[in-house]
Amino acid sequence: MLAKRIIPCLDVKDGRTVKGVNFVDLRDAGDPVELAWQYSQQGADELVFLDITATHERRKTLVELVKAVARNINIPFTIGGGINSIADADALLNAGADKVSINSAAVRTPGLIDELAGAFGVQFVVVAVDTRHTDGKNIVYLNGGRIPTEKETFDWILEAESRGAGEILLTSMDHDGTKAGFDCTFLKTINNAVHIPVIASGGAGNVQHFVDVFEQANVDAALAASVFHYGEILIPDLKGILKDKGIEVRI
Amino acid sequence: MIGIVYYGAGNIFSLTSALDRLGISYGMIHTEADFEQYDRYIIPGVGHAGAAMNKLVSTGLVPKIKALEKPTLGICVGMQLITSYSEEGDSNLLDIIPVKTLRFADSAEYKVPHTGWNRVYHESENLLFKGIPQGAHFYFVHSYFIEFNDAYTLASTDYSLKFSASIVKNNFYGVQFHPEKSGAFGEQLLTNFANL
Repeated sequence: MLAKRIIPCLDVKDGRTVKGVNFVDLRDAGDPVELAWQYSQQGADELVFLDITATHERRKTLVELVKAVARNINIPFTIGGGINSIADADALLNAGADKVSINSAAVRTPGLIDELAGAFGVQFVVVAVDTRHTDGKNIVYLNGGRIPTEKETFDWILEAESRGAGEILLTSMDHDGTKAGFDCTFLKTINNAVHIPVIASGGAGNVQHFVDVFEQANVDAALAASVFHYGEILIPDLKGILKDKGIEVRI
Repeated sequence: MIGIVYYGAGNIFSLTSALDRLGISYGMIHTEADFEQYDRYIIPGVGHAGAAMNKLVSTGLVPKIKALEKPTLGICVGMQLITSYSEEGDSNLLDIIPVKTLRFADSAEYKVPHTGWNRVYHESENLLFKGIPQGAHFYFVHSYFIEFNDAYTLASTDYSLKFSASIVKNNFYGVQFHPEKSGAFGEQLLTNFANL
């Protein structure tokens, strides 16, 4: 049986992790490679690196980071942030990334999904979607939930799937940062509507929230950042409880 | 020393990184003469099986590969290439192991691609899985699978049906999962292959 995946997300800027991390045994909390290695040892199933660098040196720095991660880590990882072209994705794939995640670029140029899937295969293409409830609808937002688009989230996800997305990373901006739980209702709606894996994101605050999102929405994976970075949830403990609840996990 | 058949089908940086971590030496095979320098071989591969086969054919290495007598491991699409046929692109492949590569049926319950960690069960004893427990998780990402076959399936996995997670015939081995991305058990399998 396919295991439900637990995915820590690391924000990086100029090759360094930006959100505070308080693993006691970490020598350098800003080193994404060391942090990634720690997570892989704890039993993380996969990692997502979100690059928020805005400088011209961005791409070169990111490729070096991806190579360093691939050299040291024995689990799959996804890179997101600022990927706008086949050339961007190709450089990351050749550096050892397993998948790329595209968000704003896909909304602005939906054909990018088709191009990436055609060039590298659907399994390489994660489409990340930031969604927010607005006037009774679920609307796609850009730039970390600040800029609303015209697109309804449900329709956009179905379009992304039909264009060649291999996976959907759905972040509920209403829940993100609240630690009040995932948006299980909407995640279930999306999960039931697509035939590709769905990663739930936004709202994880405690272990029960992970149990809920797997039991209620039946998503394939759950992603979180701060609860892992601050040691509020330890992955071995989380997986132990999921297993006790009868949820298939890799231990 | 492992020779990696280099034919331009996808990223091998993760594979060579894993071999580096494990202290397993390797080199790249570009020509027929290169095969002589190595005592075992890996055929990597990601992407479209038909496109990968076309690339492999264009290297001119196919007759030599089919005649190899030393341990040879196909990984993911590299494994599919050693089968006879794939539904992906309606492609005839190397036909080293007479089984077929088929597409998973789309269903609500079983999403395609089959993405993530699934359990692998050995069907028979083999040194490739030495030290790896029954039901160990390995990382898969694929839309096409190799049919289960009593004669050639070395290890199986269930995903809507029982398929070949690993196949073997004489010196030829294949694994559908990515050992280079499968944590400690994946590294154990690569070490086992290096010691066959």
